[in-house]
Amino acid sequence: MSTVAHAEEAHHHGPEPGLLRWVFTTNHKDIGTLYLFFSLLMFFVGGTMALIVRAELFVPGLQLVDPYFFNQMTTLHGLVMIFGAIMPGFVGLANWQVPLMLGAPDMALPRLNNWSFWILPFAFTLLLSGLFMPGGGLAGGWTMYAPLFLQTGQAFPFAIFAVHLLGMSSILGAINIISTILNMRPPSMTLMRMPLFVWTWFITAFLLLLAMPVLAGAVTMALTDQFFGTFFFSSAGGGSPIMFQHIFWFFGHPEVYIMILPAFGIASQIIPTFARKPLFGYASMVYATASIAFLSCIVYAHHMFTVGMPLAGELYFTYATMLISVPTGVKVFNWVATMWKGSMTFETPMLWAISFVILFTIGGFTGLMMAISSIDFHYHETYFIVAHFHYVLVTGAAFGIIGAVYYWIPKWTGNMYDEHLGKIHFWLSNIFVNLLYFPQHFTGLAGMPRRIPDYAVQFTEWNMGSTIGAFGFGFSQLLFLYIIITTVRGGEKAKARSWEGAYGMEWEVPSPAPYHTFATPPDVDKVRLTIS
Amino acid sequence: MAEAHGGYYLPQPSHWPITGSIALFTLFFSTASWFQGAAWGPWGMLLGFALLLVLLFGWFGTVIGESEGHLYDAQVDLTFRWAMAWFIFTEVMFFGGFFGALFYARIFSVPWLGGDDVATNVLLWSGQALDWPSKMAPGLTDLDFEYMPAWPLATFNTIFLLSSSVTVTIAHHALKEGDREKVKKFMLITVGLGVLFLLVQVYEFHHAWTSENLTLASGVYGSTFFMLTGFHGFHVTIGTIGLITITARIYKGHFTPERHFGFEGIAWYWHFVDVVWLGLFIFVYILA
Repeated sequence: MSTVAHAEEAHHHGPEPGLLRWVFTTNHKDIGTLYLFFSLLMFFVGGTMALIVRAELFVPGLQLVDPYFFNQMTTLHGLVMIFGAIMPGFVGLANWQVPLMLGAPDMALPRLNNWSFWILPFAFTLLLSGLFMPGGGLAGGWTMYAPLFLQTGQAFPFAIFAVHLLGMSSILGAINIISTILNMRPPSMTLMRMPLFVWTWFITAFLLLLAMPVLAGAVTMALTDQFFGTFFFSSAGGGSPIMFQHIFWFFGHPEVYIMILPAFGIASQIIPTFARKPLFGYASMVYATASIAFLSCIVYAHHMFTVGMPLAGELYFTYATMLISVPTGVKVFNWVATMWKGSMTFETPMLWAISFVILFTIGGFTGLMMAISSIDFHYHETYFIVAHFHYVLVTGAAFGIIGAVYYWIPKWTGNMYDEHLGKIHFWLSNIFVNLLYFPQHFTGLAGMPRRIPDYAVQFTEWNMGSTIGAFGFGFSQLLFLYIIITTVRGGEKAKARSWEGAYGMEWEVPSPAPYHTFATPPDVDKVRLTIS
Repeated sequence: MAEAHGGYYLPQPSHWPITGSIALFTLFFSTASWFQGAAWGPWGMLLGFALLLVLLFGWFGTVIGESEGHLYDAQVDLTFRWAMAWFIFTEVMFFGGFFGALFYARIFSVPWLGGDDVATNVLLWSGQALDWPSKMAPGLTDLDFEYMPAWPLATFNTIFLLSSSVTVTIAHHALKEGDREKVKKFMLITVGLGVLFLLVQVYEFHHAWTSENLTLASGVYGSTFFMLTGFHGFHVTIGTIGLITITARIYKGHFTPERHFGFEGIAWYWHFVDVVWLGLFIFVYILA
């Protein structure tokens, strides 16, 4: 197995006893678990902030919180959900699944892997400590636009350093994932044999490397503008506030795809399993993912149609953005074609995956509407955009993560979850999430501005619906928490191949997956990688 | 593609990552508190920085020990190569953000404010004309600074840095040929050139700040000049420390003609700061 004494020892050892195991661990499964639980915690923290926002918006007028606190809640809800819930959720899945799906012994750089995770709690301590400082937490929106951002109170430099740490964590994680995929595959696991989840994460990791350092640069300029008298974002010295938006969205748009590409990969794993057919158009899926990633880097200014841009810019960004729907359409077509004439069953992961395809596509369509610059002027900065990005991020990214948890939790814990409860969780979430976000399309088109704690009375009924949906969706997730805890603690034993149609390296190891897997590279040629 | 042949080195649980997190948290929390007026800030920063040094010595020391203990095979070596290459890519993107700010200021914001956009110019700046490097800015009435010319300091620094890229390559070839005396000689020259570069830059900054009235607050020209050259100088400092480290390792007998990724990684990094400097020399100095 190994000629190296230390490695030999490590392979035979189980986890260390005690809580310090989780602090010092270099095991990809431990670190994946840490990431996933952290993501769940942040999901509830960010969700609570969202419920405060929705409670205030239940009826017009100012009832519960003062507007400044409302602004802090909208801002921190965005940052916590993006950097705390969605991204760590995906990284946690990558940690668990990428080595297992490749047949690799661990991540390529295990100590660095630990560091990527353990930066996060410190970063969020910095970010959220602002709430308890004079002037409160960040309140200028998650996009941190200068000059409003510079008017933050004591929390300002803490938030900037928090963003630096979050960027560091993401970059180290992305480097690790790239190194793992390029260098830890068994010889017979060629690139075009890799499961789609691994492919989508591979491409996502490059987007992280491309985008996160630019965000670090942008907030550093904001920091020096505030404390060292520079003039990057101030017209008084020849700079421009619009410059911040350009630099921010150069990061921000790839970031959007960082948060959805791994979910594409998850859907591409789940749907073939429960349709009992191989994924339709594997190669086109890979190329479509790469095309989306490339296009995501050259369309960023569609976030800025109304801030002032030359006409040529408006036109270019309109057309380039609409181009993204071509590879995305390829993907949606392939998922549907995979299900076509399949022997489908509808276990909970499949329900989430199908719901993902439908609801993400709705989010995609509204995105297409806003890509058209001339029309975007009408619904820029209204609830229409709120509805759009929550359809792609909640029913897209978050649904992808939840579906992945149901799909792989038998492998992680060795136990099956309660199928009945899983289905109840699914239906409650789906009914409430649509009650929550669908009306926002209407209020947005009718002109209700986002990020404002009060609104005109004619929007009342739709907002009441939204708020009821929000509380219903939020409290349904307590059922998810209950299902996770009960599955970790016990339940029907899972087989190595936990689903009848599940094929791939991860289903070749027992459930739960042993602490160390694939100490010697497996011969992938001898394994059935897809159902057929 | 890489051959996977079992025995990939998987480290034991380690306390270095959490040490690193605590060090960064201490450093950042203290710095932020200091910015907001906390008197204890510098002491906290000092503590954070000390912890960071402990981390760097400890973690890199562990890795060097493992490497010299022959725990790493060719596959681990390749992991380091991919990781270092993509790390340098992120550094390029970081500088890309600041170059982006420079280009935006030069191509868009300064010309627009300076008259191309008539309404903005008249309303904000009372019709004052403006060009690059903007020695006038309407918000800054007492702005009277000299911009930093390419000759002589920056040109000398270009020569120093380009030469050091050559000398580090000569040292690398000597290492591959097993001529360790030549490696030592050329590494010392490389370190010397790096230090020389930094000394000249310190002089340049001091001169600009005190004699030319050119500061971070000298309009967007001063902001981009100091942030770009300052961050570059910071990276040269890191690179020089790296060069000193591998030189010391050469003296201790580390590296073989076949296996010396620690050396190559620093050499790559040094070439990276070299290339960024060329961008700076052209866009910040020559085309100023």
